[in-house]
Amino acid sequence: MKVSYQWLNQYLPLEEKGIQPAALAEKLARTSVDINDVYSPMDGLKKLVVGLVVACEPHPDSDHLNVCQVQVSETETLQIVCGAPNVQVGKKVIVALVGARIKDNIKIKRGKIRGVESNGMLCALQEIGFSEQVAPKDYEAGIWFLPDDAVVGDAVYPYLGMDDTIIDTDLTPNRGDMLSIFGNVNDLAAIYDLPNGFESHPVVESDEAMADQLSATLADEAIAPAYEMRLIKHLHVADSPMWLQIKLWNAGIRPINNVVDITNYILLKYGQPLHAFDYAKLPSHQITVRHAQAGEQLTTLDGEARSLQASDIVIAAGEEAVALAGTMGGQSTMVDEQTTSVALEAAIFDPVMVRKQARRLDLHSESSMRFERGINPETLHQALDEAAYWLAELAGGQVVAGKAVAARPQFADREITLSVRRVNHVLGTELTMAMIEQLMVRLDFAAHSLDDDQLVVAVPARRWDIELPADLYEEIARLYGYDNLPSTLPTMTKTAGGLTETQARLRASRHTLEGLGLTQAISYSLTTVKRAQQFRVAPDQTQPMQLDYPMSSDHVATRMSIISGLLLDVAYNHARKVADVALYEQGRVFLPQGGERPLEEEHVAGAVTGHLTPANWHQAAQPVDFYALKGIVQTYLQNLAVAGEITYVADSSRPEMHPGRTANILLDGQVVGFLGQVHPSCAAEYKIPETYVFELNLAALLAAPKRDKHYVHISKYPAVTRDIALLVDQTITNQAIVAAIKQKGGAYLKQVQLFDLYRGEHLPANKKSLAYTLTYQADDATLKEDDVNQAFEKVVAHLTTTLGAEIR
Amino acid sequence: MGLREKLEELRKQGIQEIKASADLDHLNDIRVKMLGKKGPLTTVLRGMKDLSKEERPKVGKFANEIRDELAQALEAKKAELATARLNAKLAAETLDVTLPGTPTVQGQPHVIQQIIDQLVDLFVGMGYQVAVGDEVEQDEYNFERLNLPKDHPARDMQDTFYVTPSVLMRTQTSPMQARMMEKHDFANGPLKMISPGKVYRRDTDDATHSHQFHQVEGLVVGEHVTMADLKGTLEVVAKTLFGDELAVRLRPSYFPFTEPSVEADITCFNCLGQGCAICKHTGWLEVLGAGMVHPNVLKMSGVDPEVYGGFAFGLGPDRFAMIKYVVEDIRDFYQNDVRFLNQFNQKG
Ligand SMILES: [Zn+2]
Repeated sequence: MKVSYQWLNQYLPLEEKGIQPAALAEKLARTSVDINDVYSPMDGLKKLVVGLVVACEPHPDSDHLNVCQVQVSETETLQIVCGAPNVQVGKKVIVALVGARIKDNIKIKRGKIRGVESNGMLCALQEIGFSEQVAPKDYEAGIWFLPDDAVVGDAVYPYLGMDDTIIDTDLTPNRGDMLSIFGNVNDLAAIYDLPNGFESHPVVESDEAMADQLSATLADEAIAPAYEMRLIKHLHVADSPMWLQIKLWNAGIRPINNVVDITNYILLKYGQPLHAFDYAKLPSHQITVRHAQAGEQLTTLDGEARSLQASDIVIAAGEEAVALAGTMGGQSTMVDEQTTSVALEAAIFDPVMVRKQARRLDLHSESSMRFERGINPETLHQALDEAAYWLAELAGGQVVAGKAVAARPQFADREITLSVRRVNHVLGTELTMAMIEQLMVRLDFAAHSLDDDQLVVAVPARRWDIELPADLYEEIARLYGYDNLPSTLPTMTKTAGGLTETQARLRASRHTLEGLGLTQAISYSLTTVKRAQQFRVAPDQTQPMQLDYPMSSDHVATRMSIISGLLLDVAYNHARKVADVALYEQGRVFLPQGGERPLEEEHVAGAVTGHLTPANWHQAAQPVDFYALKGIVQTYLQNLAVAGEITYVADSSRPEMHPGRTANILLDGQVVGFLGQVHPSCAAEYKIPETYVFELNLAALLAAPKRDKHYVHISKYPAVTRDIALLVDQTITNQAIVAAIKQKGGAYLKQVQLFDLYRGEHLPANKKSLAYTLTYQADDATLKEDDVNQAFEKVVAHLTTTLGAEIR
Repeated sequence: MGLREKLEELRKQGIQEIKASADLDHLNDIRVKMLGKKGPLTTVLRGMKDLSKEERPKVGKFANEIRDELAQALEAKKAELATARLNAKLAAETLDVTLPGTPTVQGQPHVIQQIIDQLVDLFVGMGYQVAVGDEVEQDEYNFERLNLPKDHPARDMQDTFYVTPSVLMRTQTSPMQARMMEKHDFANGPLKMISPGKVYRRDTDDATHSHQFHQVEGLVVGEHVTMADLKGTLEVVAKTLFGDELAVRLRPSYFPFTEPSVEADITCFNCLGQGCAICKHTGWLEVLGAGMVHPNVLKMSGVDPEVYGGFAFGLGPDRFAMIKYVVEDIRDFYQNDVRFLNQFNQKG
């Protein structure tokens, strides 16, 4: 809320006590509500003075410009060329002198306009910083006229309220009471311990009785806890006096006419929204507050024809809906220049119903905002009566005696019993009963002690946010001052704390991958449906979870794999000419299983492109290929220490992967992941170069039994090696050969290592040559040549017969 | 010339030759020549038989002295030459040590992960447990159990991605508060936990807003937990993350799940309160929201608010990283430009 410092000063001796706006704002921020901004409307303006138009002639070379003589001091009259259509001799106007600064820091210079000298500028409000939404509409196309008694040569700011300082507060939802001058005055009186001089004006009713001129009823009591109306007749709609217009525009509200302005003034002063119906235009004078009928039509003040739903709430005159309750009035009963009588409504509407209606229709107003956050029932009568007072005072209206009442505001103080011991226990303070009582006095909350610990506090209805002792702890803490709280650490039973085994292993997993050269990425979990479906480890789950009402088409579904996000990262780097990318990401994927929520599975994935190490003066670049990535994955899996057997099985079924360069990764025969090259077509879609990826179901790997941690005896007897080179068909895999070797390897075979692979020239087509080193070792003796030779021969024979290998 | 003179001559000549020798092979030749069986010394000693009985031992002793002296000189020269040869070899092997080292591969943790890990380590050290929750949550745990019933105006503070009317992308890691409290047996002592993780808001991404970011939620509930403890805990956090003794100041705020609720500012680490561009010349940085757990939240999780109480806080690692490293665009964290990621290679 834009709170006027000058308005506050009407009720609180702020200036008198030397409390300046900046300090006040700081104090509010530290004690009450957040502050968006503190500013004066005249900030940045310079040399704007009151001028009197003494003469005005049409410009000889223009059909719309005028050459004005404007008196700006007792002795000085300036010639100023003005384009405003409403310029008029005898009016007091805003003159920007040569050297003045107007809106946007524009400097006014002496100049010639179509050959005629012009020594300044006559200004519209918008030109000195008023926003289009606030500047009165009548002056939209022209300059502003100051009051006739404005003194020529004076600075214009005080005449426009621009010398005020505005403290723009940012309220949390609980402090709806601070959406009024009343609430701010109360809080500041408590904060600074100042006398509270808030004033109301009592209504003066005429002799005319209400009788059946107006009645109000509630069709559903839940809609409006309070609903009252006054009838004011014989009034004259006109512009409001300057003091009122200033109060509104400094609060960001456009002055319209005296009737509407008075309702807005009361809204600001009390936080009580009012609505004025043109009494004559009401189709019936029997007012009902009710739910709308589905499909009911209402054209609101903004000219929009709205089709209502049964959840909406309306004010009806007779059968006809004439306003959206708490949200916006109807066009057909709107106050205009011809209006002479108004039915003035003061109500409290159900916050939730108003909130739903405002959200559904996207109609958020100063009124609806207040209804949503709560209305002070204590001041409803004061607010309604003061509005009537001003309608009499400023519009010459006569207030009909009595009111039409559908529901009176109900309120009572809320009694909360505080324990001094408990207050100190929660805040960590050592406050005494007397200190707490003193703080309650400052808040103007009645309090009396029951014993030396218990204090009963009567919280008035104007602070509807305070319901529990905890709410009062906050009042005590903020008034006592958060700076005065001590700083301690919890002193309590020792708790062990620590990471769970899974948490520790997830962290170790990250460190392993970083050690292997991959940098951690964190990508978006929300993506497109198509990307969410790609690169799934388990291809059987096809449909991702989707948002009901997404914000952007790029983020509509939860990912089912991590790779697609990493590929977007690769693309982002590639587009920025970063060729070498090695990323991993660890996190959740979301797999719908038919339940209310998807299964969230911990996965880890990597994407590598370009070179693992860049070319340098010392060695050639090491480009990424399938085996480079497989090496990373193998070492990573080795670190995970799962007990089961990890195997790699060629897989050509994954649509996003290269059919000849992809392997499923199996743990004891179950697929736990895959690795390989991204299919070139898919890479093209992502606009990325040749990229290798892997993804693993980390949850499954972490859940699997771990390798034995027992020490393995290291033989002290020498090992013997034999090399074997074999020529086999291209289709025979390394894994098949190694398995065959191991099958007939015998008890002493410890290791089989591939050391060469050759295909191409000098070999028959469809053949390849592989060479292995077989290592034999016994734990209890030095092996004899014969034993090794025998074992080796068995392997050779087996390879020849089962794989058709030709030993070379 | 007497035998003694001859020996003296041999000594002189031998020492001279040894001194003059410039390489090990030549030195070896000298050794063979001088001390070998056909060498002059041996020849001279053969002439000893012509000496008198009295002379013989004296000359013999003298001859032995000379032999030892020459042998020593040879050894010394040998060592000298070996050192020289090694030095020459080493000199020939000299490298330009300013040439760059061979690149090795090393990855980095993401900067946000670094901050989360730092916080986790800090709190684990203070006896907290770590509770990681699901990112797709029930409305009940994300809002209702945190004292945010449906249609509560404070729900406007957090625009939410809903999946169904009862399931959503969590907007905070606070749901773990309720999930942990209802499981915790307070007879075994207080509950001290943090919950780090990704959270989501229905926001349009720009430099300062992201539909995905991170949160570390903290909760301490026990019989003797005060707001002063909250203040002290936050001071430790500030010191751990920014490395200085920074003051913490609390300002009133509002969260439905805490009462009193506060916003915590820390002294700007950059200017230490003097005012600078990072803190927008206020000397303070707004870093987190916190408060004393609302009695309704305790009650809904089956904890008696008359006996137990505590504090909760929510830290934003993204915001911390932006402040600490003066990152201007939050999207940088999620686009993963490797040149960006690799800047934060500080271990510990
Ligand atoms: Zn600073």
